[in-house]
Amino acid sequence: MGRYVVRRLLQMVPVFIGTTFLIFVMVYALGDPVAAMFGDRTPDPATAAQIRESLHLNDPLWSQYLQYMAGIFQGDFGTAFNGRPVIELMGDAFPNTIQLTLVAFVIELVVGVTLGVIAGMRRGRLIDTGVLVLTLFVISIPTFVTGYLLQYFVGVKWGALPPSVSTEVRFEELILPGIVLAGVSLAYVARLTRTSIAENIRSDYIRTATAKGLPRRRVISVHLLRNSLIPVVTFLGTDIGGLMAGAIVTERIFNLQGVGYQLYQGILRQNAPTVVGFVTVLVVVFLAANLLVDLLYAVLDPRIRYA
Amino acid sequence: MTTTEKTAAVPGPRTPEAAGSPLLQVRDLHVEFHTRDGVVKAVNGVNYSVSAGETLAVLGESGSGKSVTAQAIMGILDMPPAKIPQGEILFRGQDMLTMSGEQRRKIRGAKIAMIFQDALSSLNPVLSVGYQLGEMFRVHQGLSKKAAKAKAIELMDKVKIPAAANRVGDYPHQFSGGMRQRIMIAMALALEPDLIIADEPTTALDVTVQAQVMDLLAELQREYNMGLILITHDLGVVADVADKIAVMYAGRIVEHAPVGELYKNPAHPYTRGLLDSIPRLDQKGQELYAIKGLPPNLLNIPGGCAFHPRCPKAQDVCRADVPALATVADGRGSACHFWKETIDG
Repeated sequence: MGRYVVRRLLQMVPVFIGTTFLIFVMVYALGDPVAAMFGDRTPDPATAAQIRESLHLNDPLWSQYLQYMAGIFQGDFGTAFNGRPVIELMGDAFPNTIQLTLVAFVIELVVGVTLGVIAGMRRGRLIDTGVLVLTLFVISIPTFVTGYLLQYFVGVKWGALPPSVSTEVRFEELILPGIVLAGVSLAYVARLTRTSIAENIRSDYIRTATAKGLPRRRVISVHLLRNSLIPVVTFLGTDIGGLMAGAIVTERIFNLQGVGYQLYQGILRQNAPTVVGFVTVLVVVFLAANLLVDLLYAVLDPRIRYA
Repeated sequence: MTTTEKTAAVPGPRTPEAAGSPLLQVRDLHVEFHTRDGVVKAVNGVNYSVSAGETLAVLGESGSGKSVTAQAIMGILDMPPAKIPQGEILFRGQDMLTMSGEQRRKIRGAKIAMIFQDALSSLNPVLSVGYQLGEMFRVHQGLSKKAAKAKAIELMDKVKIPAAANRVGDYPHQFSGGMRQRIMIAMALALEPDLIIADEPTTALDVTVQAQVMDLLAELQREYNMGLILITHDLGVVADVADKIAVMYAGRIVEHAPVGELYKNPAHPYTRGLLDSIPRLDQKGQELYAIKGLPPNLLNIPGGCAFHPRCPKAQDVCRADVPALATVADGRGSACHFWKETIDG
């Protein structure tokens, strides 16, 4: 098990370098960071040259990348468009996004798996068809449509839940954006669980478990669920990163100043340190989530442990 | 009605049976599957019985209904699509088909246990064998996790798995095929049931391992004086261990007999065909006999005797009338219009 973890950690190193370098190149190669800094005004050539020099913009790209990385490891992500250090923006943005992600994740997990189990155990019946149609519906409608519709009806017209998030970011304000953010993933989780359950329920070892005289509840919870949830766990784990990075639309609709909001601002104002910094952190989140999935996978399925 | 069902006790611990009273009796059992293509008649009036200490071999091709009958006895058929429109399954004189689901569950595993063909797929891949064995004691007897584990090690010793104490935490994929089947046997044996149904227990194993596993099963059966229903299509396996044989074809028993007599003088053309298809050393170099044709489609079983399209002795009467199970001798029957001619060769 220890070697397995070490190998996984080592595999993450090239992935981290590769992805961050690509992002770095793309952001710095497109547009002129110095020009972006001055906005509409034309910079004084001498000042521009000086800034260029101080930001090492005249060095070769790989050298700039190394310097940037060295800065990151010392906690220096550079300066954002408004003059604040990027690390401070992160300190504001990530707690908000993490809270939203957690709410969405719990909704996705509980509702998605429950729907999937119910549908999978009654394959071909009315409830199964119902779940399939409903999830197809959710998958097909873009987030900005469900977002605005829910905001208008649930938040404004019926007043059941707060329609937008205040600066205090209270829990009940996160429910509506959580549902919107979880929507599509939830549909995938439900479908994945359904297929997995329907397949496993006909397996020989479930027949054995029944033949052993185990109560049905135990057959399902101990024998069926454990096996059926292995592929679902994989999806859920990788989706954590997706939820955090993919909240741009949801955060805008519900006015939450999180990662999506800052990234959007960074892109709009062509502020390279903000974009690269946030994306680098998201890459780390993705990698950590994947590692977690791999470890969970080994815990859930002993056949993988010794491979 | 409900009160009697609740108070009706599940048959208690093993008591000396009056001679001749069988442990399990299957009477006129019918099983059908309702599918989109129509009604598949898998079992069409099966009768058989097993007593304590006795081994009944149920022989037949794939699709003859031997496994479905066993699953009906265990109560593990998926209903729907399966349906039991007719018949009785008496366990110690009580019809299990009229019992409540909870009563049947308590019998499953504890009084009647089943061994399946493919141990690798029949064991849960993500739970240790110790857990799966111990589960029997935890669920049926309420033992603690620790006590159940000790029992599991005991069982693994019993079925001769080397270094049982070290291997109790291993997973099914870490065992060889023969060892896995031993674990299946141990699981069936756990609560010392009265009856074990073994559904092709050796089909997935190497020939040498087959013999070991069969010997073990026979030995344990003697030790515990259990009834054994051995479902197989392997005539070689049957000859050594069975007391009596029931041959099934298209969901019906076409011949039943004590094992020696059936091998010597089959009273049904189908049985004769099966025996003639065994490769024999003294016929080396000759073409191997095979029964012509294919087993019938259970959606559309031929009228009259179901075997008539493949039978070398078929006459007009075979196409028209379903042959009744005629008594050939004491404890011996054949469902053939021409059993007399068949038995004489």
